Amino acid sequence: MITVNKKGRLTVLGAVAIGASVALAGCASGDPLESGSDGAASGDALVVGSQAYYSNEIIAELYAQALEAAGYEVEREYQIGQREVYVPELEDGSIDVFPEYTGNFVQFLDDSVTSGSPEEVEDALADALPDGLTSLPMAEANDQDSYNVTREFSEENGITSLADLADFDGTLTVGAPPENETRPYGPPGLKSVYGVDVQSTGIDDGGGPLTVRALLDGSVQLADIYTSSPLIAENDLVTLEDPENLILPQNVVPIVSDRVDEGAQEAIDAVNEVLTTEDLQMLNAQSTEDKDTSAAIATEYLTEKDLL
Amino acid sequence: MNFFLEALAWIVDPAHLSGPDGIPVRVGEHLLYTVVAVALASVVAIPAGYAIGHTGKGRTIAVALTGGVRALPTVGLVFLLALLMGIGSTPPVIAFVVLAIPSVLAGAYAGFEAVDRTTIDAARAMGMTERQIVAQVEVPLGLPLLIGGIRSAMLQVVATATVAAVVGAGGLGTYIFRGLRSNDYVQMVAGSMLVIAVAIVLEIVFAIAQRLVVPAGVTAGRPSDSRAPASRTRTTNEPLQEGTQ
Repeated sequence: MITVNKKGRLTVLGAVAIGASVALAGCASGDPLESGSDGAASGDALVVGSQAYYSNEIIAELYAQALEAAGYEVEREYQIGQREVYVPELEDGSIDVFPEYTGNFVQFLDDSVTSGSPEEVEDALADALPDGLTSLPMAEANDQDSYNVTREFSEENGITSLADLADFDGTLTVGAPPENETRPYGPPGLKSVYGVDVQSTGIDDGGGPLTVRALLDGSVQLADIYTSSPLIAENDLVTLEDPENLILPQNVVPIVSDRVDEGAQEAIDAVNEVLTTEDLQMLNAQSTEDKDTSAAIATEYLTEKDLL
Repeated sequence: MNFFLEALAWIVDPAHLSGPDGIPVRVGEHLLYTVVAVALASVVAIPAGYAIGHTGKGRTIAVALTGGVRALPTVGLVFLLALLMGIGSTPPVIAFVVLAIPSVLAGAYAGFEAVDRTTIDAARAMGMTERQIVAQVEVPLGLPLLIGGIRSAMLQVVATATVAAVVGAGGLGTYIFRGLRSNDYVQMVAGSMLVIAVAIVLEIVFAIAQRLVVPAGVTAGRPSDSRAPASRTRTTNEPLQEGTQ
């Protein structure tokens, strides 16, 4: 019996070791430090980076193609994981252009910033940026948490804003990722800012199909879904307005280095001027449903907007 | 080590001991999932396992089927069922039943198969009907392995029942997933420690139950200890038996 157990344990250890080395190999091949420093060394090309988030990569590709159309040489460094990794690279000049989100990025740089109007958050970000980095004007498009209800619920109860919820008779349950419960915009914030009592039901699919299904079948009355999600338009959901800015605004904002000159800034600005949240939903849908590549999606969009 | 101390402090914090998100409620939900899932799995798997074990038919299919089912990722199954049926406790319970069936089934048929063939032949020779053989010979002698199967099913479900939380169905996974997603690792470790504690308590309960339920004569001569060498010598000593097998 003992030998069998030992063998079993060895097998488990072996499996864990193989799994770990595969995982590590995955990290190694995606090591952004390697390729990033190459980019800086290769001369005049502007390096455009993106998070390991498909929607962010599409925005990065929009900037990259706009820059190329304006005659700049571009190098792409997409799918770089977390801010802890790419922010130092922005600071040391390995990356020149990076699409960011105002709220989350300002809180990463300065955790004393809580919330405010989109413009206030944009200004706070400009103040918080380290030397050598600049934020260009933000887009109207945002990618942030939002509370959504069904069209039917909205019309029946005359609810279009979070403030309207205070008058609602009956219990309100919000289907949201598990962290919602502890976030400032979660149930405690809804109570203190809007005087609304809600229960949170954790659904761990990041505001995906299961959250929407729970909303549609009435298991929950509110659903926390990212504003850029194609599911909002697809299911004709109503995103509740947030007049008190309970939810931290997350407008798309390009962060650029000093190597991005005026001409390049103008090319990026031109994209940001037209980009709306609805556009972002549509672009994301092309990625999640039609499985198009970010390059194809960006080309199509920029052509349509006469930017190529 | 610090994490564990903080997690212990989290567990004994009075603020976490009451209310709908309190530890007693979450432990209760977790236990309920486990007990309901293993009970439902037993209702299905024990009769099926006994039928396979007694007749010796369908074993290959059962092994292949339960082996295949074991490879199903429970989280995926929970999500899939929730998409079909909506959130709530039904999707996780079904997924946990699916998880528990292979162990219970294996315990049931292995228990019957482990009974010495000569014992069954003796029972048949004494004039016992098939029903009597099942009820009075195979069931009691197979009990240790069956309970072992239920015990391992219970342990698997306890450890996996955390995924009920991904579809908002509560249980101790609530702490783990909330902690994970909001970088509150103390809460996450506390949730894990509670799962471990529940698992250990269930193991102890089962160890006691095993002693109480299994007849004294069976525990004394556990099938795995005495049968293998005995049957070999008997078959060589009594060539007459060979033809009947």
